[in-house]
Amino acid sequence: MIYKAIPGFAGQANRVDLVLVADMVEPGGRALDVGCGDGALLQMLTRDQGVDGRGIEISQAGVNGCVAKGLSVVQGDADTDLADYPDDAFDYVILSQTLQATRHPKQVLEHMLRIGRRAIVSFPNFGHWRVRSQLMFLGRMPRTESLAYSWYDTPNIHLCTIRDFVQLVDEIGASIDRAIALDRNGSKMRVNAPWWAWNLFGEQAVFLLHRRKIR
Amino acid sequence: MFGIQNHKATVSNEAFREAENPSSLVVHFPPDTPLVMDAGLTISPFSIAYQTYGTLNATRSNAVLVCHALTGDQHVANAHPVTGKPGWWSTMVGPGRPIDTDRYFVICSNVIGGCMGSTGPASVNPETGKVWGLDLPVVTIRDMVRAQAMLVEHLGIETLFCVAGGSMGGMQVLQWVASYPDRVFSALPIATASKHSAQNIAFHEVGRQAVMADPDWNGGRYAGRAGQPVKGLAVARMAAHITYLSEGALQRKFGRKLQDRNAPTFSFDADFQIENYLRYQGSSFVDRFDANSYLYVTRACDYFDLAADYDGSLARAFLGAKTRFCVVSFTSDWLYPTSDARAIVHALNAASLPVSFVEIETDKGHDAFLLDEPDFMATTRGFLESAARARGLSGGESENSR
Repeated sequence: MIYKAIPGFAGQANRVDLVLVADMVEPGGRALDVGCGDGALLQMLTRDQGVDGRGIEISQAGVNGCVAKGLSVVQGDADTDLADYPDDAFDYVILSQTLQATRHPKQVLEHMLRIGRRAIVSFPNFGHWRVRSQLMFLGRMPRTESLAYSWYDTPNIHLCTIRDFVQLVDEIGASIDRAIALDRNGSKMRVNAPWWAWNLFGEQAVFLLHRRKIR
Repeated sequence: MFGIQNHKATVSNEAFREAENPSSLVVHFPPDTPLVMDAGLTISPFSIAYQTYGTLNATRSNAVLVCHALTGDQHVANAHPVTGKPGWWSTMVGPGRPIDTDRYFVICSNVIGGCMGSTGPASVNPETGKVWGLDLPVVTIRDMVRAQAMLVEHLGIETLFCVAGGSMGGMQVLQWVASYPDRVFSALPIATASKHSAQNIAFHEVGRQAVMADPDWNGGRYAGRAGQPVKGLAVARMAAHITYLSEGALQRKFGRKLQDRNAPTFSFDADFQIENYLRYQGSSFVDRFDANSYLYVTRACDYFDLAADYDGSLARAFLGAKTRFCVVSFTSDWLYPTSDARAIVHALNAASLPVSFVEIETDKGHDAFLLDEPDFMATTRGFLESAARARGLSGGESENSR
């Protein structure tokens, strides 16, 4: 199964990373899905895992779809609206395939770890060898199956590599509970593979984080 | 000459008849069940006029209470007894509509302070045998809701499946959940706010001053007199009507177009179509609405500040409630803008209530909540259908079929 990193409500169904994200959420907790799209993940969480799930979604069509499914979803923007949520309101705050499309990824991540005890983030890895090779050998901005946009119309304005992300996690004083990298076929890479291998061969990554420093 | 037609010098008799003998169902609450009001007084006996649509199911779990806006009434989905026009929310309420009268038992009552049969300033005070006028205690949104709760109890309904309403109706929805959290399964506040802003109060004050500046208003004692304060009330309505529309919609609909003429007349006639339109809105309004009642209902909105009743914390108003919410706003509504709706959503989130929120894209201004906006209709339908599944009401798609 190959996923496409298309933010917004169009692409949630059948995305393999959603299953991985859902796996990281313990049943019965409270979760906020930021950029929940058409609510595919939220529905998995609420229906199958008994999670009290909430969502934020920017598109009208996405919100309407969610409301019709009986999901509690608020129309809003990750960059501006997370500030309005109280501390410790959720067990998990989830951001799947949206981090690279936010204006202030660091702030968004900090808010996620303020609002929730844990944060789950999935994103496309810009350090993948195909991305690197396009820039290296073609001298062009990379376009791959998972990053299918031209440089001038992409919503992905803050792309990062797995290494970049790990460094940001450290900078904001968070710890990594679990990390998973998926290869081109959407299969999990070997757990004991070194970071450099993940960064080179992982096409996407899913991280489970928690706060480390006392605020 | 100002231009509100002279033939409207007296309010139609029908409007007065509706205040005393409404063309709808009425509950008369006897003296031993008074209405306790925020003003510190009680009124008894008092009446509530209401309409119902659809059938209450055996478990009494499918009742939807619709709360009307400022100058609305209980005639949601039937022809209006005075104007003959279709019900004010017949786009939303009816067979097959989002608030589907084939599935739900819909109740709508005229608010306390109104003039369509519920006790208001145009009703007769049973103690004096005279019209209440300004002797009626000032009414609040909470008073309106308290009266509605008595009606709902009278109808034998313990928990409402949904309370829905726009504008002032939305304020009642919020108050319902705050006052009776266990009696509201789902709530649909639309194009509304948890408190009136300075601008909101300002516009209402202009309207009230227009009414009171009319010599025929006579300190509120105009019942039975030849002259009725229709000019003041018409001006109030004209000013208010502007706030219900967006600048864009006004421009699109009227622009600078002239009314039945090719050039300005160099007079104060209604040269522009927008002038003619507003004058029509003003003069038709006075046929069906009581001037004193307008003072009362606008005042009720002005006094509304739900957070103030809970130590300034709106979230506290909703603490402990489990009601599922869908909050709706409209992009071009500048009377109750999206920021007002967001404040409600934040409070609901902070109080951990399940809440959805949609901002509908439209240029129709505040009035959009009364109109057939497809995204708005789809949102409402989806929300109610999912709530119905959660409530175990039959007739919708089952959870497993999705």
